[in-house]
Amino acid sequence: MSATAPLLEIEALTRHFPVRDAFGRRTDWVRAVDGVTLAVWPGETVGLVGESGCGKSTLGKTVMGIHAPTSGAIRFDGREIGRLPARERRKVARDLQYVYQDPGASLDPRWKIGRSLHEPLVIHTALSRHERDRRVEEILRAVGLPDAHLDLYPHELSGGQQRRVGLGRILMLAPRLVILDEPTSGLDVSVQASVLKLFRRLQATFALTYLFISHDLAVVRAMCRRVAVMYLGVLVEVGDATSLFAAPRHPYTRSLLAAVPRIGGPRVTRDFSLEGEPPNPRDIPTGCRFRTRCPIAEARCASEAPALRLVEDHLVACHLA
Amino acid sequence: MSELLAVDNLTVEFPTDRGAAQVLDRISLEIAPGEVVGLVGESGCGKTTLARAILGVLPRSGGRITSGQIRFKGRDLLAEDPRLVNDEIRGRAITFIPQDPWSSWSPLFTVGAQVMDVMKWKSPRRTRAGRLTRRWPALLRGYPRARRRADWQATIDVLRAVHVPEPERALRRLPHEFSGGQRQRLLIALALLPGPDLIIADEPTTALDVTIQAQILRLLRSLVKERGVSVLFTTHDLGTAYEICDRVVVMYAGQEMESAPTAAFFERPAHPYTRRLIESLPTPGEEIRDIPGEVPSLIDPPPGCRFHPRCDYATAECRAARPAARIVDGPHRVRCVHPVGKA
Repeated sequence: MSATAPLLEIEALTRHFPVRDAFGRRTDWVRAVDGVTLAVWPGETVGLVGESGCGKSTLGKTVMGIHAPTSGAIRFDGREIGRLPARERRKVARDLQYVYQDPGASLDPRWKIGRSLHEPLVIHTALSRHERDRRVEEILRAVGLPDAHLDLYPHELSGGQQRRVGLGRILMLAPRLVILDEPTSGLDVSVQASVLKLFRRLQATFALTYLFISHDLAVVRAMCRRVAVMYLGVLVEVGDATSLFAAPRHPYTRSLLAAVPRIGGPRVTRDFSLEGEPPNPRDIPTGCRFRTRCPIAEARCASEAPALRLVEDHLVACHLA
Repeated sequence: MSELLAVDNLTVEFPTDRGAAQVLDRISLEIAPGEVVGLVGESGCGKTTLARAILGVLPRSGGRITSGQIRFKGRDLLAEDPRLVNDEIRGRAITFIPQDPWSSWSPLFTVGAQVMDVMKWKSPRRTRAGRLTRRWPALLRGYPRARRRADWQATIDVLRAVHVPEPERALRRLPHEFSGGQRQRLLIALALLPGPDLIIADEPTTALDVTIQAQILRLLRSLVKERGVSVLFTTHDLGTAYEICDRVVVMYAGQEMESAPTAAFFERPAHPYTRRLIESLPTPGEEIRDIPGEVPSLIDPPPGCRFHPRCDYATAECRAARPAARIVDGPHRVRCVHPVGKA
């Protein structure tokens, strides 16, 4: 897989947000993404996990072009896309799609499903009406909905069907990279299972590459080939999903995995040890960002920030790994 | 009678434009003293409605209890004088932990002011004589200084027990100064303060991150076990139920389907729905399995067992009537004509 070129390359990417006081003067920065390097190869699913506020959504949105990067590079298919002028950027938008938590909610309630599905083709392509119809039918079948639904309004569909239409809309332009931002949070397990099944089938049918942002480690484990763990704006561990979940190296990854309830296993509440909560992103600790909660931190961790380095088969940012 | 709470054949209906929706259909449930019972099920299965019915806080616009009983320590809460229930049971003997730590506090008052507001009426130190005088309207009634001081001290002790740092200062701060995890700790403290026999916790960790969830679950379990308080814990997350509960009850479309001690529930589920639900948890390296079909409408629900349209084992018998509860093994009960796993 690594023989081919990566589809997406993120290099030393930062995105800082200014904090302003009542008079609009900048008083501080929130370093939401603070130097992230990550590559995604065609056809794979990369999981991006971390607690809320760690910057995973900001990273996804910066790649998507919703936020402009503060510094660093984003290369898509070998081409720098982080700083393109708006007109150029729009052409790239076809290949990149962003799926919010509930894609069904993005449908216009006053438009029939058919019109919603045609819209991206009208904006981005020069296809004839007939060609568009064919494409719409093909996608509708792929997401598992009957043709008759084209003439319905969103409120006439169930939540699950709306979600399928929303996903279909994202697929209309045949994107190559789809960023899924918490696509299953708040879903019941049985609905979650159908959604995950659909993601997998669509990936196989349309040769999609997924960047899968989630805080649910069980879902990430089931869906992803590689996983990147994020803490306070930086990646702390990147590796193959199987080996990362079997033998996590970073103390944060270990605590995160230890916190997930495991049915049939020992109760994690009996011996879970990670105390405290992530620090305020405006006030990031010196050195290693995790050291304030780390059970094995040493003096060195406060002075030197650890860089990602290869330990056995995955990348870890820890002096003591 | 060994149980603390017994819900018996409770049916709740909500009027809608298209007819009455039967949100709870003849639900029965028992909770023993000191027991942590998990109520699991998917959204819309009625678990929150059941929790609210027990508390007696169904939405005023709808929510009619059409039949059934709710017995708490032998008293029928539905038949008793509502004023007495409000004074002695709701918020005192039965307290509540809500799901959302963000919207459950008023942003305008300090945490201490809001806690004392509750304690003025629901403190365990409030005597019966003090409660029954009705000389003044509620708003004008005072808060005796000695009791206020004792309540304040008790609050500080409980905050210490839920690991809120610097409790005296915490009480003088506004809710927005706390993180989600801390606010949830404060809500747990508030639920413990009246000295309840039963806490109803409605998805109290759903909004939290896993590491915070693990901290809160551990705290909650140790506190209720220490004090011998029973908990009815609703959740849609089976992992959470596994962590905290002694017994799990699963609901589907307003009917309870199975009730079993936690270990048996996950190891030997007897109801086909429970099995499919556990199987739909994502497992690495395996095919993802969902439950075909969709949750039925509650306005015109399927007759008999409401799961039968999606069930692999369904027969005419399942359509005819709701299956009676049968004993699988001791406290393990299932409402199914064709329980799985028993030849």
